[in-house]
Amino acid sequence: MFGKRHTSTQLVGAALVAGTLVLGLTGCGGSGSDEVKVGLITKTDSNPYFVKLREAAQAQADKDGAKLIALAGAFDGDNEGQVAAIENMVGQGVKGILITPNSSTGVLDAIKKARDAGVVVIALDTATDPEDAVDATFATDNKAAGVSQGKWVKGALGTAAPQVVMLDGTPGGTVDTFRHDGFLEGFGIANGSPEIVGQENTNGDQTKAQTAMENILQRAPGINALYTINEPAAAGAYQAIQAANRANQITIGSIDGSCTGIADVKAGKIGATVLQFPAKMAELGVQAVVKFAKDGTKPSGFNDTGSQLVTDKPVAGLESKDTAWGEQNCWGKAGS
Amino acid sequence: MSTGAPAAAPSTATSSISSRFNARNLLREPLLGPLVALVIAIVIFSSVSNSFLNPQNVSLILQQSVVVGILAVGQTLIILTSGIDLSIGAVAVFGTIVMAQSAGAGGPFLALGSTLLVCVVFGAVNGGLVTALRLPPFIVTLGTFTAIQAATRLLAGSETYRVEPGALTFLGTSFRIGSFSTTYGVVTMLLVYLVMWYALSQTAWGKHVYAVGGNPQASNLSGIKSQRVLFSVYLTTGVIAAIAAWAALGRIPNADPNAYQNANLESITAVVIGGTSLFGGRGGVGGTLVGTLIVGVLRNGLTQAGVDNLYQNIATGVLVIVAVAVDQFARRRSQ
Repeated sequence: MFGKRHTSTQLVGAALVAGTLVLGLTGCGGSGSDEVKVGLITKTDSNPYFVKLREAAQAQADKDGAKLIALAGAFDGDNEGQVAAIENMVGQGVKGILITPNSSTGVLDAIKKARDAGVVVIALDTATDPEDAVDATFATDNKAAGVSQGKWVKGALGTAAPQVVMLDGTPGGTVDTFRHDGFLEGFGIANGSPEIVGQENTNGDQTKAQTAMENILQRAPGINALYTINEPAAAGAYQAIQAANRANQITIGSIDGSCTGIADVKAGKIGATVLQFPAKMAELGVQAVVKFAKDGTKPSGFNDTGSQLVTDKPVAGLESKDTAWGEQNCWGKAGS
Repeated sequence: MSTGAPAAAPSTATSSISSRFNARNLLREPLLGPLVALVIAIVIFSSVSNSFLNPQNVSLILQQSVVVGILAVGQTLIILTSGIDLSIGAVAVFGTIVMAQSAGAGGPFLALGSTLLVCVVFGAVNGGLVTALRLPPFIVTLGTFTAIQAATRLLAGSETYRVEPGALTFLGTSFRIGSFSTTYGVVTMLLVYLVMWYALSQTAWGKHVYAVGGNPQASNLSGIKSQRVLFSVYLTTGVIAAIAAWAALGRIPNADPNAYQNANLESITAVVIGGTSLFGGRGGVGGTLVGTLIVGVLRNGLTQAGVDNLYQNIATGVLVIVAVAVDQFARRRSQ
């Protein structure tokens, strides 16, 4: 009697597991084997930027009659997760893999194995180091985006003596370095210039940016120009600036082009942002894989998907679009 | 497309098992439930995908399981003593940075030695706080996890270090047995399991570990030096973390302070799915190996089937809860 009960408990567990598996599989049965399979591996699942990238890839795959398999790392820096994703996709017979690498060097061996197995590998958004570790790269020219931000902040500042604070992302990050250096170039100063009165790493995180800005405002109250690695960092910094009653005295520049960021520009919290086009990266990537599957043509080199300065306070001599245009072209949902 | 076959699988398993096993066996063998789940998962995936069971893919699943699989052995030891180790992954990541940096200064063998030393010291710190100060392992390892993670970034200067091929990446080297190609990392993982299985089931030390976890008062009364046994468990876990660090550099020859952030939790997942009781004293490394493989099979199989990442995590989450529920029921019935 007892025996039966124990047995059934264990088996209920096993059956539930089986049920979960079956549930997971029902969505994907019956896919034809001739379909071109395209793999997409983003850094994480948790950022609307990558959601946009993925939705655009899915839409393009549907249009081209390809099947998209989307996987992601579990967190920024999850090399193991991305390597496993590459291996599993190759095992599944994808024609091409689109990847936004978590570390520009950590996944290189897995990428090489995939390419040796005849899979075309394209980096989206973030280049690998060296860049030719992949067949091609579709990404924003982050240096150019940084230059746009720097030129605008400098222009908006006018004749005031600049006191610049830089809220960086992650030290050593490829994108971070390009944006940072681009900003300095556009602004017309160099690393270590006396105009730079503060510099903090925020990991592009709103909370960390707020804390960093609170501390900087204590240390360097005279700051009037702010570089931010992305819009969440800008939003966090604005919180701190507003709390210190300095809201209209500091010119804030940013990069990304999320709908939340554009809304912040419209509301006057951020002065200007530089919009990127993740959807374009994904579309071009999927098209390139489908083309490779059809006629064997491999994409190559670095392909700039462009960026656009968006502000409602245009600076003379600097091409920009207003927030109405930004709302039409941004990614993600405002307020999320 | 083949929902018919998997649906039939559990019921076939039901009849064969219920005829052969009774409650006593199930309680003594917490391994059985996970094993059934693993077999079912394999049956389902091989019916969905032709390539699932080919040797290359099986080898992949094993390679992808190596790091968390090794860490899970250490986690099993701690959980058997009714503790938990939230720091084990962070210790291993710290180990990879030490290994990469000291290799540049003094060669691979100094690197391996210093990594072992550092990881054992971290084990001793955890063990010392748990035994000498009688602090709860959850809190101790939460503290050391937080501190070690920060120390890792300080040590690495938030940079990643590429490791040159050689002794440090040896565990990533592959070799063939017939048509089956696998890495020395996989062999190392299996060896770690074998050694710990032997130590736990065939030695007095192993019996003491179970006794301390199952009932510390009773084991004290019976003359076992509980605190000494506990401390040895944390030291051993340090050694295992060092082996995991070595295996990690074999798998990805890049020491990255941001890597393996979820390894702590993933190792706990493997242990729990493997049927080891969080209340201590019940379970073993055999179950953990099965638990590790279940997680690996799920991830690989669901990818092969084209299932999205987040659904894979939902499946793993459900499994954890099911496993704990099964353990609870088994304990309640046995009381």
